[in-house]
Amino acid sequence: MTGANDGGCWVYAERQGDSFLSVSLELLGKARELADRLGGELTALTVGGNSGAGAPLRRYGPDHVLELTHPLLATYDAKAYATAIGAELSKSKPSALLLGATRNGQDLAGRLAVRMRTGLTAHVTGIELDDRQNLVGWVPGFGGGIEAGVSCPVRRPQMVTVRPGVFPLPEGRTPTGDVREVVPELSEKDLGSRRVSFEVKGSSVDLTRAGVIVVGGRGTGGDFTRLEKLARLLGGEVGATRIATDAGWVERDRMIGQTGVITHPKLVLVLGASGAVQFTVGIDRASTVVAVNRDPSAPIFDHADLGIVGDLGPVVDSLLRALEA
Amino acid sequence: MRIVVCLKVVPRPEEVKVNLESKTLDRAGARSVLNPADVNALETALAFRDTVGGKVTVLSMGPPQFEPYLRVAPAVGADEAVLLSDRAFGGADTLATSYTLATAIGKIGGADLIVCGEESSDGGTSQVPPSIAEWLDASQATYVERIVSGKSAATVLATRVLENGKETVELDLPAVVSVVVGANEPRFIDYDRWAFAQSASVKVLDFAALGGDPQYLGLKGSPTTVAGLREVRKPGRRREVLTVTADDAAARIKAEIERAGLVRN
Ligand SMILES: Cc1cc2nc3c(=O)[nH]c(=O)nc-3n(C[C@H](O)[C@H](O)[C@H](O)COP(=O)(O)OP(=O)(O)OC[C@H]3O[C@@H](n4cnc5c(N)ncnc54)[C@H](O)[C@@H]3O)c2cc1C
Ligand SMILES: Nc1ncnc2c1ncn2[C@@H]1O[C@H](COP(=O)(O)O)[C@@H](O)[C@H]1O
Repeated sequence: MTGANDGGCWVYAERQGDSFLSVSLELLGKARELADRLGGELTALTVGGNSGAGAPLRRYGPDHVLELTHPLLATYDAKAYATAIGAELSKSKPSALLLGATRNGQDLAGRLAVRMRTGLTAHVTGIELDDRQNLVGWVPGFGGGIEAGVSCPVRRPQMVTVRPGVFPLPEGRTPTGDVREVVPELSEKDLGSRRVSFEVKGSSVDLTRAGVIVVGGRGTGGDFTRLEKLARLLGGEVGATRIATDAGWVERDRMIGQTGVITHPKLVLVLGASGAVQFTVGIDRASTVVAVNRDPSAPIFDHADLGIVGDLGPVVDSLLRALEA
Repeated sequence: MRIVVCLKVVPRPEEVKVNLESKTLDRAGARSVLNPADVNALETALAFRDTVGGKVTVLSMGPPQFEPYLRVAPAVGADEAVLLSDRAFGGADTLATSYTLATAIGKIGGADLIVCGEESSDGGTSQVPPSIAEWLDASQATYVERIVSGKSAATVLATRVLENGKETVELDLPAVVSVVVGANEPRFIDYDRWAFAQSASVKVLDFAALGGDPQYLGLKGSPTTVAGLREVRKPGRRREVLTVTADDAAARIKAEIERAGLVRN
């Protein structure tokens, strides 16, 4: 497969139970735009144990919905999923395949890319087309505010994984496209693993939908109780830098940035974070950014509407008093 | 149980400099460390070997300067360390990196369990472990925090940390697992083994020793290219920066909150 662009765009629509992840719908919105610019078709691909589950995807503008169904695909297994999807990719030869950069999305993407002997650009925060109509995925690099554009000019499909929240969630519209079901030939020996148990996490949070976020970084020293109170008062959620989630101060699904989520709140209050580019990509789409940092030269101030130079502790205390007054 | 740990040496992120004019990264001046997740991977492998028996081989691809870092592995109890080093391996993306590592695993006698880190900290993608699994036609479990023996010797039980909960899978061997950062408390260097570690040579395999299909190696085997580097577009912010008392700061922040239409009285 060489660098042709007439094979259309595919999106892997990941399911959680009966519903689709919002990152998958975000990708359908973006891929519709890409497919139109490339003059190709958009296919939404979904995989699972029961037929009929793909119909809701028709509301997000596809030309086709492809359902791969088989009892052995009811729970995710990389090997079986790659076998089922790989066969369809080889048949239809799409130009591009976009996947959400979720844990299972990344797990699948790494395996599929090798099966297709193609290039994969991982957790991008933007997609553009170059002058030869190749996808360019933008990946924030080390500090210093640099991002790298990575493309795959010579192989197809071009594979890209995208963080949740990068593209806007499209509104559901009048259904379009046909639904085709394929039952792949699979047997037990095509599985590499079998789920034996699943312990659902009590609460999970989706920061991509939060209207207000109070973010703590290393500068909090690990005390998030007052930040939680602040978030509660503002009707918002607590978020964190990677330093704070890696340290175990805050659950990992509250991590903001390249490895975390890309947020779009009305207001984000950033406390004790330096403003590394891998973090700021996650807050740069907020309507208003306020930052508190005791280092006047911290790069976070370049990303803030209002910056306060000072110790965050007393500022948070005063703010709590002012809001409770 | 033959266990291979894939261990990467990465630059300290804070020491990598960006050349804004040439828009390139200068890693040469940066000191290195073992990739944090890989230290947890190594501990997972050593602890598992200590319960089921067998041998742990540490495998890394990179320049000859990585060798001293790999000596930590035998010092904490790994049985063998192998470094894949050759100009021909350079410039590899995840497709080529995973091919090279997978080929080396075959070359050194195969493995029942291959343990990686979840992600490499220098712009890593977490794609190498599932890619190795595909090259080897092995099964895989990524983002694992725990592995224990399975019902039969042909399986292990792996617990994966997913966004919405924890999934435990019965995983057929041979398998690749990737371990999350902080999954365990890595053991300290055993100073009784330190002398052994220094004398234990890190085995270096170059292209000639590795073999493999040159079309899948290094730059040539990497279908992705960096099309460009650019400055991240700075958002249009007011950038008003104040040094004021805590109370004044709070009043200003409150005004900002009100302006955003968020205060509910
Ligand atoms: C591949 C890759 C992906 C990454 N992905 C992410 C990601 O998704 N999200 C992310 O956040 N990071 C990510 N990082 C890490 C990122 O580069 C930074 O290391 C991280 O964002 C820094 O977190 P921090 O700002 O909390 O800590 P630091 O950089 O240590 O900053 C702490 C700040 O707090 C200030 N401070 C300290 N005490 C106080 C006080 N009492 N009052 C006020 N201010 C105080 C200090 O002046 C300093 O500026 C990634 C890195 C890599 C290499
Ligand atoms: N050059 C390498 N040498 C050894 N192991 C590697 C190398 N690159 C990646 N890995 C392994 O793959 C894991 C994920 O890396 P990555 O896909 O680059 O994020 C790492 O934690 C390592 O275990």
